[in-house]
Amino acid sequence: MKIVVCVKFAPDSTAPRKFSSDDTVDRVSVDGILSELDENAVEEALKIRESAASDAEVVVLTMGPEQARTAITKTLQMGADAGVHVVDDAIHGSDSIASSRVLAAALERTGFDLAVCGMASTDGGMSVVPAMLAERLGVPQLTMASEVKVDGTAVTIRRDGEVATETVEATMPLVLSVTDAANEPRYPSFKGIMAAKKKPVEELTLGDLGVDAGEVGSAAAWTTVESIEERPARTAGTIVTDDGTGADQLVAFLAERKFV
Amino acid sequence: MAEILVLVDHADGEVRKTTGEMLTLARRLGSPAAVFVGSQIDTAREALKKYGAEKVYVLDSSDLTDYLVAPKAEALARLMEQHDVGAVLVPASAEGKEIAGRLAVRTGSGVITDAVDVESGDAGPVTTQAVFAGAFTVRARVTHGTPVIAVKPNAVTPEAVDGAATEEQVTVEVSEVAKAAKVVDTQPRQSSGRPDLSEASVVVSGGRGTAGDFAPIEALADVLGGAVGASRAAVDSGWYPHAYQVGQTGKTVSPQLYLAAGISGAIQHRAGMQTSKTIVAVNKDPEAPIFELVDFGVVGDLHKVLPAVTEQVKARRG
Ligand SMILES: Cc1cc2nc3c(=O)[nH]c(=O)nc-3n(C[C@H](O)[C@H](O)[C@H](O)COP(=O)(O)OP(=O)(O)OC[C@H]3O[C@@H](n4cnc5c(N)ncnc54)[C@H](O)[C@@H]3O)c2cc1C
Ligand SMILES: Nc1ncnc2c1ncn2[C@@H]1O[C@H](COP(=O)(O)O)[C@@H](O)[C@H]1O
Repeated sequence: MKIVVCVKFAPDSTAPRKFSSDDTVDRVSVDGILSELDENAVEEALKIRESAASDAEVVVLTMGPEQARTAITKTLQMGADAGVHVVDDAIHGSDSIASSRVLAAALERTGFDLAVCGMASTDGGMSVVPAMLAERLGVPQLTMASEVKVDGTAVTIRRDGEVATETVEATMPLVLSVTDAANEPRYPSFKGIMAAKKKPVEELTLGDLGVDAGEVGSAAAWTTVESIEERPARTAGTIVTDDGTGADQLVAFLAERKFV
Repeated sequence: MAEILVLVDHADGEVRKTTGEMLTLARRLGSPAAVFVGSQIDTAREALKKYGAEKVYVLDSSDLTDYLVAPKAEALARLMEQHDVGAVLVPASAEGKEIAGRLAVRTGSGVITDAVDVESGDAGPVTTQAVFAGAFTVRARVTHGTPVIAVKPNAVTPEAVDGAATEEQVTVEVSEVAKAAKVVDTQPRQSSGRPDLSEASVVVSGGRGTAGDFAPIEALADVLGGAVGASRAAVDSGWYPHAYQVGQTGKTVSPQLYLAAGISGAIQHRAGMQTSKTIVAVNKDPEAPIFELVDFGVVGDLHKVLPAVTEQVKARRG
């Protein structure tokens, strides 16, 4: 079985994030990391490999700048077998439509039984790429899984929706995405960190994938930003220490704001 | 006037508040046309008319509801081919966004998700989004194809304007490939009896500081007529169901009042509550980052402060 995990290199969400002068997400001056929610995708893939009856391989695929290599390295340390890095200057500024175009081409090239994604990237956070991949590849989508069961080529997921919890089934090859409730990502072990150094990472350009540079990047984006504004910081409020009158003061505040 | 398709958000025909909101936004852009997928149009009809749907496309087929996402995207694509459609609005739920994504690829259209506002502009609809955990406000526009926009709850106050609500039954052939992910079981969410989290005007949330006891959180929510929320730490500990999680991987709420008790205020939690109008926190650690956001904060033990507040509010109500 071949499991390809799509992971994104995203600005660290605990650091101050910003935009570049061309209104794209600044991926260079802000420290980037493996998008945290994609750790859940990697973990699920590793679990599936570990419990597979026959040989299974986990390949990690990312599309992003040179620095995105660090995201692949982290997944190799966690236990993935190999990496594929699509890197091409023309990709800068791609929207989700173009990203899914490139990733779908890469998935077709590598081949896959399971393409595993995270529930959302921590920067763009649209949660659309997995569905777009399924649409482009013409395979089933089992997305936003909070629980995954694999039995041969049959996959069953639990999907906690807005109004109901659903059980959904499909047969490989397919696109799977998992939420952060699906599992607890492992930390790289010392052995894992050492082993990662010897694992192969293939670099691909758009040319290798047969994708025309004109189909991707800022110029080909089907959406445009009109304006970006930083939200004004909230003005400091009143903070009291409870000396027995904390509740009284809080109720007085709620009353003043007409909540009681 | 071009039609603005609105994918109706409903549970067994009970139209959710987001539908009224989307129809209200659609009216700014063109002629609102509701797309109802399911067999319970009899339950939904009045609400769609009330919020101004001029047309109602009824798609009643198990082919559309028995499989995940793909059939609904196909159906909307078919409607876009058959009618003069100016934009498509869908709810920004997981399903709505996935439908939007597939539809955009299928129809060669740009897609914008998580819009908190949509206005009409010279070059098409202009959306507003909150990004990077609410730190920035971005206004954007679709430049290719027919704008496909996923709209967040509470984007606008639904306006009641009587629409013609002319009904049209639509039959859509769903392709075999779209019927590949089969929904084999559906368990409707149990109602908590409290207001819906994403629609409530008051939310009281508990975190790790509750130590697993949500009774004081629920009691305060109830006297304030609010919904209950939880941090991921509380959800991960199994103290409260995931459906109530507020934050990056939970719900985004923007109530009039958000009260966080025993929650430190991590960036991922803030992402879901930062735009609340009034923020209050009770936390025993004066250094907790949540205090950077508050209008009013109490440094203290929630197990003492919350019950006392609940009692006093009850007493005031008499
Ligand atoms: C990718 C990703 C996504 C995430 N998504 C979310 C999300 O959607 N929502 C979310 O909430 N988190 C999310 N998190 C987790 C987030 O980073 C924090 O770990 C989490 O919000 C912490 O929850 P907490 O504030 O309840 O717990 P803690 O950070 O442990 O804080 C508990 C607080 O309670 C206070 N306290 C303890 N006892 C009392 C008492 N008796 N009275 C008063 N105060 C007391 C403590 O002083 C402390 O400040 C995410 C993390 C990641 C990596
Ligand atoms: N540039 C990328 N490279 C690899 N995978 C990606 C990329 N962008 C998105 N993904 C995958 O798609 C998921 C959802 O992303 P998004 O739709 O951007 O929220 C992520 O969790 C990844 O698994």
